[in-house]
Amino acid sequence: MRLRPPNSTLNERVVGWWRVQLLLATAIPVTLLAVLGLLIGPARLWLLTPAAVLAVLGLACTLFLPNWWFRVHRWEVTDEAVYVRTGAFWQEWRIAPMSRIQTVDTMRGPLEQAFRLATVIVTTASSKGAIKIEGLDHEQAAQLAEQLTRITRAIPGDAT
Amino acid sequence: MSSAEPELEPVAEGEWRRLDKRTVLVTAFVMAGVAAGAALPTTLGLAGGMPLGQAFGWVLAGAVLLIAAGAAADYVRWRRTRYRIGLDRAELHTGLLLVKRRSLARERVRSVDLSANPLLRVLGLVKVRIGTGEHAGGESTLELDPVSKAEGERLRTQLLARTATTAPGTHREGDLAALDPSWIRYAPVSFVAPLLGGAAVGGVMQVSEWFGAQRKVIDWVGDRFQDTSIALTLVLIVVAAVAAGVVGAIGLWVEMWWNYRLEREPGGTLRVRRGLFTARSISIEERRLRGVELVEPLGVRLLGAARVDAVATGLADDEQDKHADLKVLLPPAPRMVADEVAAQVLREPVAPTSAARLTAHPQAARTRRLRRALASALLPLVVLTVLGAWLTSVLLYIAAACAVVALPAAVIFALDAYRSLGHGISGAYLVARSGTVRRATVALQRGGVIGWTVKQSVFQRRAGLLTLTATTAAGAGAYSVYDAGESEGLAFASDAVPGLLEPFLIRGDETEGCGSAEVGATIPV
Repeated sequence: MRLRPPNSTLNERVVGWWRVQLLLATAIPVTLLAVLGLLIGPARLWLLTPAAVLAVLGLACTLFLPNWWFRVHRWEVTDEAVYVRTGAFWQEWRIAPMSRIQTVDTMRGPLEQAFRLATVIVTTASSKGAIKIEGLDHEQAAQLAEQLTRITRAIPGDAT
Repeated sequence: MSSAEPELEPVAEGEWRRLDKRTVLVTAFVMAGVAAGAALPTTLGLAGGMPLGQAFGWVLAGAVLLIAAGAAADYVRWRRTRYRIGLDRAELHTGLLLVKRRSLARERVRSVDLSANPLLRVLGLVKVRIGTGEHAGGESTLELDPVSKAEGERLRTQLLARTATTAPGTHREGDLAALDPSWIRYAPVSFVAPLLGGAAVGGVMQVSEWFGAQRKVIDWVGDRFQDTSIALTLVLIVVAAVAAGVVGAIGLWVEMWWNYRLEREPGGTLRVRRGLFTARSISIEERRLRGVELVEPLGVRLLGAARVDAVATGLADDEQDKHADLKVLLPPAPRMVADEVAAQVLREPVAPTSAARLTAHPQAARTRRLRRALASALLPLVVLTVLGAWLTSVLLYIAAACAVVALPAAVIFALDAYRSLGHGISGAYLVARSGTVRRATVALQRGGVIGWTVKQSVFQRRAGLLTLTATTAAGAGAYSVYDAGESEGLAFASDAVPGLLEPFLIRGDETEGCGSAEVGATIPV
């Protein structure tokens, strides 16, 4: 017996968003190390080598990881539950029944806005039960949030 | 709790009331205590630069100012604080410039906890915390600090008075458990003891530093042990610290658990009362109870005892007192008593934590535990050996000695951790057990599960294992079944909460659970 993959993928633009994030995460420390390496003569070797290693690793991640992530990140909303799969090395499947959902939020960071993406956050009464669907088209995210709010409002009870 | 309060006139429901005026007195006393504590080091510090009498005068003036300011501030707070228990809302207005109005719907009130430190007890006052048990931080609690004891009791009964439910079964009301003084034997084996021992040593060092005498203390200790070897001296110091820790742990136990009793009140409320100096009363409504957790810290488990914690929604932590442990229903007690109390609390004939037949986890889980334990034991050894080969051979001997102790210990812990693993279903409860240093068996109402999280790392995928986490509104928020067999674990999760997981499962007919790479490949990537 196993879990089947949820049936929807994220928006394709999420790959670009992840790429930019990884690129930024690589560029900042690499630039810092490189600048320091150029300024401080005696320690040049000790600063430029890690900078080069980091740059190579970071670029490799930027090239390969987002595509992989795109294949493994999936989501699905049925009438009964929200079902999300995330993670590549550490896969995670999260299921929250509609009857236990307390709030539905959408969130858009500056970078996400540039890619016209949004994150839907579904919270339950558990302090550890929040489900995030990152990288949806922003209009689709708004529709989804509205749909979820409508369904959950129709269910009585305090969701604990 | 029956001390008559003559000035407590009956007040109509919905009338604004004030806190007890004696709060000013309490604050003055607390400030006096703070001043006294700060006075000694300050006086000594000032005495370095001026005559002792002058220094004393300054400190006294400062202390008086501190006490007066504290009392005045608290008087203003008292003037500006009002509360009201209306027909459907409990309200609190407080604040000097920015008036804070907090109001809770009465039907959402889930807990009314009373506590009184020695000072409050002498004055016949209690601190009341009214909580709705939502996770939104402090926004969901009203704190009345302080009101008179009788008023506190009145609030408690008034706010928690529900229409008495006809309880299923024949489970009794009244006392469910009371303290057996012989349980004190479990106090020294708790993890508090070594911590307190360390704190004692640290405390001696800190105080001696205030007097500039730290050097002297170390020298004095050195003099005592002039003729003994360093190793023996260290051993003696450790023994002294452990002895101090044991005494401290016993003291703490007495302070926390004296007069302990667990009772069930009409209307379905569990109430824990305890405390020698600081008296506490913690009420847990049964309808927000989602199960119990049987916790066995290593030392306590070796003596055949266990603690019972409530798994309930909205058991807010006391922000001011992290050690308050509001969720504990029964202190470490013999396993039989713990099972009996768990059964009584849940209104079950037998406690699900002991009745459930737990499914053992696959061999791969044991391999994982052994591998992890050995790796964490070997890593420091390898570092030591490399350094030893490089620098000095003394490190090599230390490494050898560590290896003799650490490796068998790692194996024992790993095997025990594996033996602890188990999960099962017992009636309306889902039971999961794990842990070795702190073994915990949780019995969670199946209806209280509000979602599943399934996790699988690359290594788990190859070994055909996965970790199931049931999320819940109660207790820690999530309880995990670690390293269950892939197929069996999913079947368990879908049986435990019918209908939730089923739509997302594929009943495959692949060969399962043999830990080969092929099984890993059946998980779609």
